[in-house]
Amino acid sequence: MRFAKRWRPVSVIAAIAVCILALGACSAGSLGSNDEGGGTTLTFLVDNGEGSVKIGQGLAEAFHAKNPDITVQVQQRPGGSEGDNIVKTRLSTGEMTDVFLYNSGSLFQALKPQQNLTPLTGEAWAGQVEDIFKPTASVDNELYGAPITSSFGGGILYNKKVYEKLGLQVPTTWAEFMANNAKIKAAGIDPVIQSYQDTWTSQLLVLADYHNIAAADPGWAEKYTAGQVKYAQEPAVKGFQRLEEVHKAGYENKDYRSMKFDAGIKYLGAGKGAHYPMLGVAVGNLATSDPEHINDIGFFGQPGDDAAQNGTTLWLPAGLYIPKSTEGAQLDAAKKFVAFVASPEGCDTQTKAYPPAGPYMIKGCELPADVPAAVKDLEAYVKAGKVTPALEYLSPVKGPALEQITVEVGSGLRSAQDGAALYDKDVKKQAQQLGLKGWS
Amino acid sequence: MSTEVKAPEAVRPSVTTPAPPARKKSPYPYWFYLPAAVIFFVFFVVPTFSSFFFSLTRWDLTSWEFIGLDNYVAFFQESALITGLKNTLIYAVVTCGLKVVLGMALALLLTSPIIGRGFLRSVVFFPVLVSTIGVGLTFQVLMDPSAGLINKSLALIGINGPAWLVDPKTALLSVALVDVWKGVGLATVIFIAGIVSIPREYFEAAATDGATAFQRFWRIILPLSKPATTTVIILALIGGLRSFDLIWAMTRGGPGFTSDVIASVIYKQYQAGFYGLSTAGNVVLFLLVTAIVFPLFQFFARQGVDQ
Repeated sequence: MRFAKRWRPVSVIAAIAVCILALGACSAGSLGSNDEGGGTTLTFLVDNGEGSVKIGQGLAEAFHAKNPDITVQVQQRPGGSEGDNIVKTRLSTGEMTDVFLYNSGSLFQALKPQQNLTPLTGEAWAGQVEDIFKPTASVDNELYGAPITSSFGGGILYNKKVYEKLGLQVPTTWAEFMANNAKIKAAGIDPVIQSYQDTWTSQLLVLADYHNIAAADPGWAEKYTAGQVKYAQEPAVKGFQRLEEVHKAGYENKDYRSMKFDAGIKYLGAGKGAHYPMLGVAVGNLATSDPEHINDIGFFGQPGDDAAQNGTTLWLPAGLYIPKSTEGAQLDAAKKFVAFVASPEGCDTQTKAYPPAGPYMIKGCELPADVPAAVKDLEAYVKAGKVTPALEYLSPVKGPALEQITVEVGSGLRSAQDGAALYDKDVKKQAQQLGLKGWS
Repeated sequence: MSTEVKAPEAVRPSVTTPAPPARKKSPYPYWFYLPAAVIFFVFFVVPTFSSFFFSLTRWDLTSWEFIGLDNYVAFFQESALITGLKNTLIYAVVTCGLKVVLGMALALLLTSPIIGRGFLRSVVFFPVLVSTIGVGLTFQVLMDPSAGLINKSLALIGINGPAWLVDPKTALLSVALVDVWKGVGLATVIFIAGIVSIPREYFEAAATDGATAFQRFWRIILPLSKPATTTVIILALIGGLRSFDLIWAMTRGGPGFTSDVIASVIYKQYQAGFYGLSTAGNVVLFLLVTAIVFPLFQFFARQGVDQ
């Protein structure tokens, strides 16, 4: 009897707790349909980066001007891993906007496209998408996204005035690059700018080396995903070795440990440093912070061992996707909008909204003649077909600690070989978390 | 029922009143406890046990897969973990030690009859009230090796200042110093309370016996403010062991991994989306803090009883 009495409150508590949990589980409200009066309203989710927002709004206005019965409403979300979570959650709860912008490549693969996205392979514009982009927004030969925003290069931004003054040539091999560095240092200019206070900038010499890895072993990415090749082996270890070489030769700026990205790009613009291993989007930053020097800055791909295979690593545009939750009239309107974005007219609209950092991935799209010199340099690589997509578009495997490791290698705290081996361990952890085969 | 009442009487014959009231005679009905119990259960018991559970899974916040102890294996194989452990201990001991010594010194100063005592006491306490992230970012600017105010001031008197946060040798200690600056106010206030509560008679007797200032400190203030010292040590040690925000704001565990502490190692796993793994790390951190602080607390508590 007493036993029963003692237990009663506990069971009441448990019952209440279960009720509360059950209520919590179904509290997600429905957003309702977006139909208004006569026309259709499309919702369009973009990340809150300056470029994405301006491009999203520019496209929305231009599309509405052409199709007055369809209004596109741009919504913003945070970027980075927080944004990834929002996109995944909204997709899995069926509350995604009618169309949305999101990364292509490995992040796109993580969206479970077959389950969540509408295939677009049969659309008229699909044939106009550049072949290099297609695999990054496809699963099993089914295309799910249209390219939106421009591509951009990852390699070496350099100061053309310094090159002119010292009579240097754009290097096509790593040896030539180092020889240039020696001459630049002799002239009292810092050869290679590094900015480790923003740790992500330290990864470039490794990431931008991917074109050279692929040149030496075209199937590298696939074997890498399967766990068969490692960064601590040739040819991939070269990226780490190059980072180490630059430090050992003392080619970086003196305050490389405390410099930030903004200061680094200005340092390059002012000609105090000659090379900055960087993503091409940095040109956009220079355009706002130091427009006078924008055309002093050129771009070349990170050189490898073989001049004949010289080229650059290319970062591809984001994708524009339609979730499965978009249906009926909304779906028709959404497809019309995507077709507009994936047309030369769409490219021009984007160019007007935000200066492109590289070529668009739609055939027939041309960059205007007045793009910055660095963008023109990249365009030449793309036109000549001397580009390889960055590894993150070819393999879902990227370790989270790369930027700390490259800071250590680039500061001489860890050897290149050791750093590459440590990165392999980091990568293994991520592959295991993804549940990939060949990594247990 | 009656046997239960008798037992304490046998132990303590002098107590004539009945033993502590039995459960049945609780002045409140059971439903009165319900709101607190529900809150406790939903917000404390459930998360605690679910975190133990999720530490055994591969978890992406929406779906999970049970993988046994793999997360713990992976966490202990984490190369930054050894540095993290070492740094956590160094950080905790350095900040705790400095806070005790400096806090005591400041408390002595601020309990002595000096001008503007009340004002000075608040000045010492102000850094405690400021946002940690704000302090971290401010000192990051002040400690810049070439453009920072600290090294510029040192240069004026001919000292070539260290690179503070960007030199792997000094990064962790630089953060620890800022932590001490920010946290010493709290230690000081606790010490002041301890010193003020020492009865005046001891000092009067000591003065009669002709004790020196040092003797007064060593024989009276230090032993009699022991409860305050215990509190400061425990608070500072726990704070140091789980310290994260200041380190993250100032160095993000860098350069490289050189100023990583356990909490920042765990946070990075979280950031990378390894939720199960980082939960396992948190369980380890919980056990570690308990393993260090619990015996320490017992030790001090026993000493308190002995007195």
